[in-house]
Amino acid sequence: MATLQLENLKKSFGTTHVLKGVDLSLASGEMLVIVGASGCGKSTLLRLVAGLETPTSGQIMVDGRDVAQLDPAQRDIAMVFQNYALYPHMTVFDNMAYGLRIRGLSREDIGKRVQDAANTLGLGALLKRTPRQLSGGQRQRVAMGRAIVREPKVFLFDEPLSNLDAALRVQMRAEIRRLQRRMRVTSLYVTHDQVEAMTLGDRLLVMHLGKPVQLATPMEVFEKPANTYVAGFIGAPSMNLMPAKLGHGGASAVLEDGHVITFADGRRPGQDGRKLTVGIRPEHLRPEPGGIEIFIDLVEPLGSETVVIGRMKNGELVSVKIPSAGSIPETMSVVIAPEHLHVFDGETGLRVEAV
Amino acid sequence: MIRTGKVDWVAHSILLLGVALFVLPVWLVFAGSTQDSADIARGDMSIVPNLSQLGIYSSVLTEAAPGAQPVWRMMMVSFGMALVIAFGKIFISIMSAYAVTFFRFPFKMLCFWTIFITLMLPVEVRIVPTFKVMAGFNLINTFTGLTVPLMASATATLLFRQTFLAIPDELVEAARTDGAGPLRFLKDILVPVSAANLAAMFVILFVYGWNQYMWPLLVATDPRLDTIVIGIVKMIGHEALTEWNRVMATAVLAMLPPVVVVVLMQRWFVKGLTEGDK
Ligand SMILES: Nc1ncnc2c1ncn2[C@@H]1O[C@H](COP(=O)(O)OP(=O)(O)OP(=O)(O)O)[C@@H](O)[C@H]1O
Ligand SMILES: [Mg+2]
Repeated sequence: MATLQLENLKKSFGTTHVLKGVDLSLASGEMLVIVGASGCGKSTLLRLVAGLETPTSGQIMVDGRDVAQLDPAQRDIAMVFQNYALYPHMTVFDNMAYGLRIRGLSREDIGKRVQDAANTLGLGALLKRTPRQLSGGQRQRVAMGRAIVREPKVFLFDEPLSNLDAALRVQMRAEIRRLQRRMRVTSLYVTHDQVEAMTLGDRLLVMHLGKPVQLATPMEVFEKPANTYVAGFIGAPSMNLMPAKLGHGGASAVLEDGHVITFADGRRPGQDGRKLTVGIRPEHLRPEPGGIEIFIDLVEPLGSETVVIGRMKNGELVSVKIPSAGSIPETMSVVIAPEHLHVFDGETGLRVEAV
Repeated sequence: MIRTGKVDWVAHSILLLGVALFVLPVWLVFAGSTQDSADIARGDMSIVPNLSQLGIYSSVLTEAAPGAQPVWRMMMVSFGMALVIAFGKIFISIMSAYAVTFFRFPFKMLCFWTIFITLMLPVEVRIVPTFKVMAGFNLINTFTGLTVPLMASATATLLFRQTFLAIPDELVEAARTDGAGPLRFLKDILVPVSAANLAAMFVILFVYGWNQYMWPLLVATDPRLDTIVIGIVKMIGHEALTEWNRVMATAVLAMLPPVVVVVLMQRWFVKGLTEGDK
């Protein structure tokens, strides 16, 4: 168990600034999930922590000790790669034992640790096989095992489940969570998967263009996205964002088509007519007469529910999640549930809380 | 591949023709080795081997012509030379390919291109200066002089570089986080992972070493360092005096070791050239 701190960590490749100052502090045993669009620097962040890349500036502290100048092997950090990166010519046992042998552990110690890890991960019967004789899920487990046996201070996961099929992913997700809870190893976990982002971590970090934009518990990120980027990124299908103006006395938002939505949680600061962006999740739009008129483009039945994508009069796309219904008409009227409305500044995109 | 039920006669005839083209000369040499030298010289050689004359092989192997070495000695020299050249080339090429693929150092690309350019300078082209250098080191008529100048190999370096480039970065990084330093990574991961390519390269280089002619001819005048290829050429003297059956028997013997190496390593050889072991 160890704490992990990043202070103003920056990384540039030539003139491309990939990380523009990341501050982060993980408590001992905490699991932090990192999400963000492709290319926003998530892998780079992990690679800096692992020591596979040198930071341009900033500090990386494990247990209060600056490790930025240390070799990857000396940092006591284990990384699980997306494509597993198993040694193709070694057996499962050797794959897990390799790092321990280099560290000069005794034969018995190595045997015991590998055996323990193999039992934990259900690899006991596969120890003599080589990676090519394993399924994707089993390879993933070996990669985890290789990280576990080293008993590192910090675990790094870079999209470890993205090469697995859906069912296996669900299973491995639960397994990783259980394992991490039990071992209480401080972990950074990068993913693109919404469900992993919501369920796996103690806290969730959303990154955008090399900077952290929100760091909070997953529920808080979901319920109170800090800006329009986070609002659109977390949740599937994404939140509907529409331009609006602040209504009289700051008590309501006025949509472009004149619809007035009275804030349920209190008034917002600013002058009448202040530019806003309001957000509403697809599941918080109720099909009900007398609401916003939408013309339906596309219907996606997902089984238990149906996602309807349509356009408002001004051409803006809106998605609505409704319980599965038989036939969907060509137009539909939806009502916004005011208690679920998110309000953002129209210019900066930052969340505007009630006063 | 298209598979039809019946045998494709055109394809098979072409294949058989190809086989005949390759086998016929070898067969002629073998047949000739069992016949009378004078008959061969006159040109009425039968293509049916005279099996009662097979004893020529043991005689050739062990009995030396005056001033020459017995064939078994020359084969030992050739074998040693081919082995040393093959292993030396592989060693040097792995090292240089490793350096230019996995490390960052000043003038890396210059080094790479320098190696690349030596492709245009095989021993035959630089034979005079190379001889001068060897003479300067007093290595004329030594085994070292015979083998060392043939060891550097741009071809093998480039081939290994290609193999190494195909190795995923994550594998290197996993090894680094496991604590493997550069040499350990080379020994524990890189070489085993490239084993099939190594084997293929070994076959090619062994045959290359075995077939060397120009350089041994020049650098080793001492008969004790005669390779089998040189030996055959020395046996061919004045037309009437040449014992053609002995020459041909020696030629057959000279063909054997490369064939054995190719056959033994065939599985690896094909694998290394076609799939890239991953
Ligand atoms: N070695 C490098 N040299 C130059 N640019 C690089 C290098 N490595 C990464 N980059 C750039 O840094 C940016 C961030 O890359 P990174 O791999 O961290 O993205 P990511 O957030 O992990 O994306 P993804 O979700 O697709 O994995 C990208 O624009 C990439 O092109
Ligand atoms: Mg990435």
